[in-house]
Amino acid sequence: MTLIINDVSRIFTSEDGEKIAALFHISLTVNDDEFICILGPSGCGKTTVLRIIAGLESASAGSVTVDGMPVTHPNPKMAMIFQEYSLYPWRTVEENVALGLELKGMKKPDRMAAVEKYLDLVGLSGFERNYPFELSGGMRQRVAVARALAIEPSILLMDEPFGALDAQTRNRMQHELLRIWEKTKKTILFVTHSVDEAVFLADRVVVLTRRPGRIREIVTIPDVRPRDRTGEEFGQIRRHLLNMITEESELVQ
Amino acid sequence: MTRRLGLILPILLIIGWEVVATIVNNPFFLPKLETVIPVLLSPFSDILGTGSLADNAIISVERVALGFALAAAVAIPLGIGMGRFSALNDFFDVTIEILRPVPPLAWVPLALAWFRIGIVSIVFIIFIGAVFPILLNTVDGVRGVKNTWIEVSSTLGASERQILTKVVLPGAAPTIWTGLRVGFGISWMCVVAAEILPGPTSGLGYLIMYAYNLGQINVIIAGIIVIGLIGLVIDLGFKAVEKRWFGWRGLER
Repeated sequence: MTLIINDVSRIFTSEDGEKIAALFHISLTVNDDEFICILGPSGCGKTTVLRIIAGLESASAGSVTVDGMPVTHPNPKMAMIFQEYSLYPWRTVEENVALGLELKGMKKPDRMAAVEKYLDLVGLSGFERNYPFELSGGMRQRVAVARALAIEPSILLMDEPFGALDAQTRNRMQHELLRIWEKTKKTILFVTHSVDEAVFLADRVVVLTRRPGRIREIVTIPDVRPRDRTGEEFGQIRRHLLNMITEESELVQ
Repeated sequence: MTRRLGLILPILLIIGWEVVATIVNNPFFLPKLETVIPVLLSPFSDILGTGSLADNAIISVERVALGFALAAAVAIPLGIGMGRFSALNDFFDVTIEILRPVPPLAWVPLALAWFRIGIVSIVFIIFIGAVFPILLNTVDGVRGVKNTWIEVSSTLGASERQILTKVVLPGAAPTIWTGLRVGFGISWMCVVAAEILPGPTSGLGYLIMYAYNLGQINVIIAGIIVIGLIGLVIDLGFKAVEKRWFGWRGLER
């Protein structure tokens, strides 16, 4: 499985006909099983990159290919996890997780076996019959992860999935995600504006500039796991990333 | 407790009614309670040669059911189309905004001219009364379906058709249901009003008007009570469904 983002630009036309560049010549080759974080100041277009990869938006120029096939529509090889409000409130946890399989026309017993497997993986066994509003924010995102994994994609696209969670829950979810990643061997593209999160999770961190978003630098994080959030080595990388982000943010204001 | 508080006023009204009726002592102005209750207690015996209370109630309910079902059959698909496609909305919007404020009863002369006296005219009036609240609520409900809900399904591989049946319809259902409930209330008012007008020879509206012509005020009051009770019971039915199936509304997270 190879994901190639080749020279992608995105230009919006505003209501008064003005052309606004959101993304500018983004190129990136993502390796198998790799964990990539896309980091950038707010409004830099990092979510737009992810949405173009997911096939939810189209690039104005350039292309995204998965195994050589251009992405023009959502593709079942990739599943997206949104920041919030993504669960269906009228469906129970198990019905939410089963949705992708239901859409494919899988029979109910097979669906339920898959649901059980993935709810177990995200640590939510026993919550099958609960409704989303009965769950905490962290639990709801676990359901969203299980729902995405259930269609067995090779790539997970995550758009600030832990952005709405409190700090402790967020840390725990990051650990959980790494555990799931190691177990399932997915390729992950993870959008965040948190330097800490990027340094803790990623193999490589792609830093975007302020709008129009270009790739400013791709930082490779040493392959040590679990990572010590307060360690010396990561401290230096964090400082380097933070400086870049601060610079980009200040240039906006 | 609130229930009990709510019962005080009806009891006072009944007592007040009996007191006034006794003082006035004129059954052609305000009959006594004891002349109304026998009418209510024998719903299956013939009244003034027009059939029983129950017969007339069933006829009115059937007319409403017909007009209301037609209104729903037109308004729900149209509302879904207008909610999903802005071109369709733009096409119909102005026309609907012009027709909507016209009171349903203003259509009566036209209905008589077109369809003559009879069931078609009555059903037409009921249709006009119910169609707008159902339509507007459906449009609102469909527009209120969160974009993320649609995108999740599309990244999980849903077809347009599946997005409609698995996301848009269930997501809009609570608001559509509210429209049906409001539309039904208006239908019920319309049927009674339409039956009071010249022409019909059955139905609760006709019964109370006929009783007026014969000076049977006790039958009028009994009829009004039955009209109110049927409306109440059906509304409670709508509310029960709302609570059972759409309890998730307002709890989206």
